[in-house]
Amino acid sequence: MIVDQKPVMLTVAEKTVHTDVYTTLFFDFAIDFRPGQFVMAWLPGIDEKPYSLSYHSPTRFGITIEAKGLFSRRAADLSPGDFVGIRGPFGNGFDIISSPHVAVVAGGCGMAPLAPLVERLHPDLFFVHGARTREFILFPDRFAANRHITTDDGSLGHKGMVTDLLAAEIRRRSDQGAPPFDRVYACGPEVMMHAVFTLCDVQGIPCQVSLERYMRCGFGVCGACVCSDQVVCRDGPVFDSKQLKKMPDFNRTALLKSGHAVPLSDYVTWRCQ
Amino acid sequence: MDTVTFLGKQLKNPLVLASGILGNNAQILERVHKAGCGLVTLKSIGPAPRDGHNNPTVIDLGCGMINAVGLPTPGYDHMDAEWQALADRDFPVNASIYGGSVEEFVKVAQFVSDQGPDFIEINISCPNSDHHGMLFGVDETAAFAVTNAVKHVISVPLIAKLTPAAPDIGKIAKVCEDAGADAICAINTAGPGMVIDIEARTPVLAFKKGGLSGPMIKPVAVRCVYDIYRAVSIPIIGLGGITTGEDAVEMFMAGATLVGMGSAVRYRGIHVFDQVYRELTDWLTAHHFTRDDIIGAAHDPIAGPDSTAKKSRKTP
Repeated sequence: MIVDQKPVMLTVAEKTVHTDVYTTLFFDFAIDFRPGQFVMAWLPGIDEKPYSLSYHSPTRFGITIEAKGLFSRRAADLSPGDFVGIRGPFGNGFDIISSPHVAVVAGGCGMAPLAPLVERLHPDLFFVHGARTREFILFPDRFAANRHITTDDGSLGHKGMVTDLLAAEIRRRSDQGAPPFDRVYACGPEVMMHAVFTLCDVQGIPCQVSLERYMRCGFGVCGACVCSDQVVCRDGPVFDSKQLKKMPDFNRTALLKSGHAVPLSDYVTWRCQ
Repeated sequence: MDTVTFLGKQLKNPLVLASGILGNNAQILERVHKAGCGLVTLKSIGPAPRDGHNNPTVIDLGCGMINAVGLPTPGYDHMDAEWQALADRDFPVNASIYGGSVEEFVKVAQFVSDQGPDFIEINISCPNSDHHGMLFGVDETAAFAVTNAVKHVISVPLIAKLTPAAPDIGKIAKVCEDAGADAICAINTAGPGMVIDIEARTPVLAFKKGGLSGPMIKPVAVRCVYDIYRAVSIPIIGLGGITTGEDAVEMFMAGATLVGMGSAVRYRGIHVFDQVYRELTDWLTAHHFTRDDIIGAAHDPIAGPDSTAKKSRKTP
């Protein structure tokens, strides 16, 4: 069902601590969902934040929390039986195609919204996941599909960037006369998504990426999350290459809580505090 | 319907984007304009950078919304890029401003006027801050003082945005008119109200109370515009719960010259402006009326001592 008005108070049914930084909270609730959609999660007295669904079944869903700020640390400390207010789902979600010639590129906790997508795509997809170190590889054992890992420090998989492996695979397919990718999906740091978008655009491969901005209402009225002329919470958070080309704020500008438009790097610094 | 002349400016139609809805950058304002909005309004600009409240700040209740966003603003002198982006615009813009004192209103108004908006709207009606806004809109002396002071430092038409919390909104409107306001905009959100989550045993909004908007407040808005129309001869932007063409007709009949929408974007998307404009045009055509025919049409033409005043109403 859709509960996009007043939050519904749901109890945490189960909690999985993946690593020091990643925790998933599960709720036994039948929520409508397309991969890429998100909910607003409310901790009374603390704050309310958008979280993509990282798990979904007809009777249960999960959100995965990277503990780094006040809200996320409190959320990660919750126990089964504790209440969280949930509104949603919001946003558009990914457009799922059945082709085996698709790639999924995840960066850090950008894995979370992509996980339910990977489970619905063709198992022969090309799947890359990058992170700072091996500790930041989320869901290491979750997928049947083969996943190529990259880390910044080389502690697991290829030392380098996700785009190194994506570019090599695009080249390999072209050299061997294999069918090119019909679609590349990406979620992670915006600079990474921009690199994926640029790489694909040169090759004429359509992309879909999931953007993140500071949000308030979640349903497209307050304007807190505007990125150029797009409202991220309602028009997005998933945007395709055609839209991204008309969004000069992509990988460049984001609004702070005050509405002040700042360079993306300043926004990222604020969000990571 | 052709274009509308409002305070000397040409608008492509009589529909207005309410302040506080979407108006965070130039590109989204342009998109709203292209989606059928005659006059777009920038989110209220304040005297100093302000984050607004923590979430939850905006909750949909189905029959409308409750919000306490809390007047976030980059601050009037931190918006160079936005003004630059708006400089080459081909659509009219209304700049909403607020302050915590007459001096702050004047400081912001003077600066903003120089950035070239088509209109300045003073927000003397926001219920979501303890120190800004609404206290000016419920007190005749304060409303006069701020309107009069701002009028003297700006070079564009002045719109006063009023609150339904005023004990007599007609009186406040008249005071604003006497102080130099060129138009009235009514209403800002109603209440404030409160929603408590019974499981969490706490108000849902972080600010606890918040302004009500959307369909649930339309009768209040219509009554306020009706009262204001009888009290002043300057044009009125009527808004509060307008979601359909027929709602707009009702607001025109109460006395509005232009009709605004905000929460309707939640229920029908940004294209609500195109849709409502079409519905309004269809209704007028079907009834063989022009928009001018229906403005104030709900007022009894022969009743009361102020009927002569209505005849001499200034054309907007």
